[in-house]
Amino acid sequence: MPTQRRRVKERSSNRKVELKAILQKLGKEVYDSLDSNRFPSIDFPSRSVKNIVYEPKSKQYILGSRKVTRSASNIKHIRPFTQLTWLAYFATELVGQEKTSTLRDVYYSSQAYDIEFDDQSQSDSIITDLETVIERAREELNIYPEERSAIFGDLDIEYTVRGYEGKRLNLSSHPDGYLIGPSLSTAEFVDTSAEMVIAVEKGGLFTRFVEEKVHSRFKAIIIDTAGQAPRATRYMLRRLHEELSLPVYVMTDGDVYGEHIAMVIISGSARAAHLRDLTVPSGKWIGIWASDIAKYNLPTIPMSEIDIKRVHDLKRDPRYQKGIWPRELDTFLKIKRKCELEAFSKFGLTTIVDKYLPEKLQIAKSL
Amino acid sequence: MTAHRNNQSSFSEISPSEFFYRNRDLAGFSNPAKALYTATRELVENSLDACESTEILPKISVRIRYREEERHEPDPRTYVLTVKDNGHGIEPRQAPNAFGRVFYGSKYRLRQARGMFGMGGTMAILYGQITTSKPVTITTSTDGREFHTFRLLIDIQNNKPIILSKSTKRGVGSSGTSVELLLHGDIFRASAKIRDYFRQTALVTPYAEITFIDPQGRLWYFPQTTATVPKVPRETKPHPHGFDFEAMRRLLKHTDESSFPKLLMNEFHRVGKQTARNFLRFAKFDLRTDPRTVSNEETVRLVEAMHRFDGFLPPDSNCLSPLGTEILKSGIVNELKPEFYSIAIRPPSAYSGYPFIVEVALAYGGKTIGEGVRLYRFANRIPLLYDEASDVAGMVVNDLLDRRAYNIPREAPLAVITHVCSTKIPYKSVGKEFLAERPELERELKNGLRETLRQLKSYLSRKGSIEAVLRRKNIYAKYLPLIAKFSQALSGAKSPPRYQQLIKDFEDERVITVEQIANAKKKSEGKIE
Repeated sequence: MPTQRRRVKERSSNRKVELKAILQKLGKEVYDSLDSNRFPSIDFPSRSVKNIVYEPKSKQYILGSRKVTRSASNIKHIRPFTQLTWLAYFATELVGQEKTSTLRDVYYSSQAYDIEFDDQSQSDSIITDLETVIERAREELNIYPEERSAIFGDLDIEYTVRGYEGKRLNLSSHPDGYLIGPSLSTAEFVDTSAEMVIAVEKGGLFTRFVEEKVHSRFKAIIIDTAGQAPRATRYMLRRLHEELSLPVYVMTDGDVYGEHIAMVIISGSARAAHLRDLTVPSGKWIGIWASDIAKYNLPTIPMSEIDIKRVHDLKRDPRYQKGIWPRELDTFLKIKRKCELEAFSKFGLTTIVDKYLPEKLQIAKSL
Repeated sequence: MTAHRNNQSSFSEISPSEFFYRNRDLAGFSNPAKALYTATRELVENSLDACESTEILPKISVRIRYREEERHEPDPRTYVLTVKDNGHGIEPRQAPNAFGRVFYGSKYRLRQARGMFGMGGTMAILYGQITTSKPVTITTSTDGREFHTFRLLIDIQNNKPIILSKSTKRGVGSSGTSVELLLHGDIFRASAKIRDYFRQTALVTPYAEITFIDPQGRLWYFPQTTATVPKVPRETKPHPHGFDFEAMRRLLKHTDESSFPKLLMNEFHRVGKQTARNFLRFAKFDLRTDPRTVSNEETVRLVEAMHRFDGFLPPDSNCLSPLGTEILKSGIVNELKPEFYSIAIRPPSAYSGYPFIVEVALAYGGKTIGEGVRLYRFANRIPLLYDEASDVAGMVVNDLLDRRAYNIPREAPLAVITHVCSTKIPYKSVGKEFLAERPELERELKNGLRETLRQLKSYLSRKGSIEAVLRRKNIYAKYLPLIAKFSQALSGAKSPPRYQQLIKDFEDERVITVEQIANAKKKSEGKIE
């Protein structure tokens, strides 16, 4: 098992203290306005399409300089303003009591406080507002979506959630992997022998990697993104990279959607342009590239009209202007065919681990 | 005036009774339903005129009955129509002619009145006689002590009454006249129209008490709600601008006046010595011409010059009797029960030498007025029930009621009331149902409607702004306490923020100001509390 283990920087608890201070400051501003007979108001960056801009330096979408003001004096704003104030309060309670909540829970919880949301999409949108105001992801407020993905590998974590405080676990103890849920997201990293993180798009390949002992053969932590990576997973990848200095590699299906799954992990999404801590700019997409289809003689499926339209859309995206990204898009357009990770099974179940993975990791070094 | 009356002999080739007998469609007796309605209305209008001309508060009762033996017959059938009033009554000597002779009425003069020439009442009697061969029974009293009863038929060819019987009874009561006649009618088809007629009449005669009992014994009662009676319209001489060739020819033929200027001064409205001379010079007549010697060709020239000459003073409207704010208000409030009304009384104007005054009222909201626009047209206090689309008021309302310009919602419940009073109403037809598009009339209707619409607009925006402020205040009162509560919890402050002044300030600044403005304006406009 692990040969070399690393000490981990104490990071996440500091963030938690900071977060509490930010929320308290927000509350104080509103309180002080009311106490001095002024209608409180909050400024935050606009999330309208016009204000989402590409920042080449960080290679991600960020919000521009346009601000919106939400003021309690405005009849159209006062309800969402109240909802936002309540949510800040509710999140503070969640964090303080170390409880987690799903997006749907938030929607129902509001009713106990006489806060009305028309539907869950309205409460989801207020959650995004609060993220924008405090510049923290909802997961830090202990608010999670239903979707979950999995992690496996030699990583010791220490829970911080109530009832498990101080309890440690090695993430290679169970071969099906561990859900990247609230407890894991908030756990401290203690120790690891891993030297890299490999994120794969599909549960089937994740299981294959565990069976073929990729974690020990390549000293890797394996993550199943289950399609487009949820924000908790992206946040986890970011922490693994930042706190443990591990390089991140992404392996997806050989199609335009797979390429974009890798891109979102690396450069983030336009929808989360208000958040900064969800990307791994140094991450590498290692396949399946369009050019690998011919190179490895993989069985393919023809691309649909929609697939081709998606390629054209992405070609106009500023994130796709350099390196392998435009090159692979062009190749897809040229061959008009795509393939899945399982295509390697044509050459035997272990070929992808034995041959493809090491070759691509080698190439990745030069990317 | 004498000229006109004397001249009736020149009609004798065909009697007026016969003329109307042959053309009864024109006068509104084209079928049993319409005839029943027209007969009712003509008699009621005679009654109202009889009361108003002596400033008596009218009490009118109307009854339409089946004849007992025809109770189970289908319509059309014979009905008994009785109209009774408390007016000045008719001298017994004049009564047979007043009812039994066409063109013999007290109205054959230039004056604002509901009917012209007293023709309508006699037409109803004539129609009854033609369809049932039964005489009319008239009872009248000028003093409330002697009651004279006549049973009459009309000699159609000779245009004179045939008195079948007359009797006099002594009693105690009020002056007034009662007319009872039998006629062929159709209540099934006329009923809605007759009820509409009474309802609309009540709208502009709130000073009258009207009772109507239909053949099934159902009673409609319209109480007297104001003691204000419109002033009695004054008789007036014709204005030169409205005088035609035939009238001029007769005037010249029958006059005894040898001085042309004097003739003009005596016979025409607002023509003085100087005006008469100026006109004769304008018309190139020697001032010394004897008017009795003017030839037909010269008469044509004279009348044409009269119409062209702009040196005549405009007609004086003193002879007119508009309803006025008090009567309109009383009628609207009692009959339409609106949330808001506005009234515009236009200054007098004239067309072709006939003075007229337009009154427009607008009633908005309340439970009685339905969605959309309802137009109530009146001319010399008569409701006009037919052919709204052809009427100048109907056109004006359609054209002008651009609701967006006045911020009035599309389906707003709105009633428009137009009243035109004149010495001569420009009807398009004998049936007295719709007004011609005289530009002067159209202009006054438009201006009146605009005036009332502006008042409604300002009422609606005031109402809207008060409501908006209150709505806002309620929203603040609902959400600010929540914001206070959660911000206190977030900030960790020990006591709640003192924000109550915010809501109070808002109220002080907005609601009170808006209400003050509203109160200040209220007096001049018709907001109903």
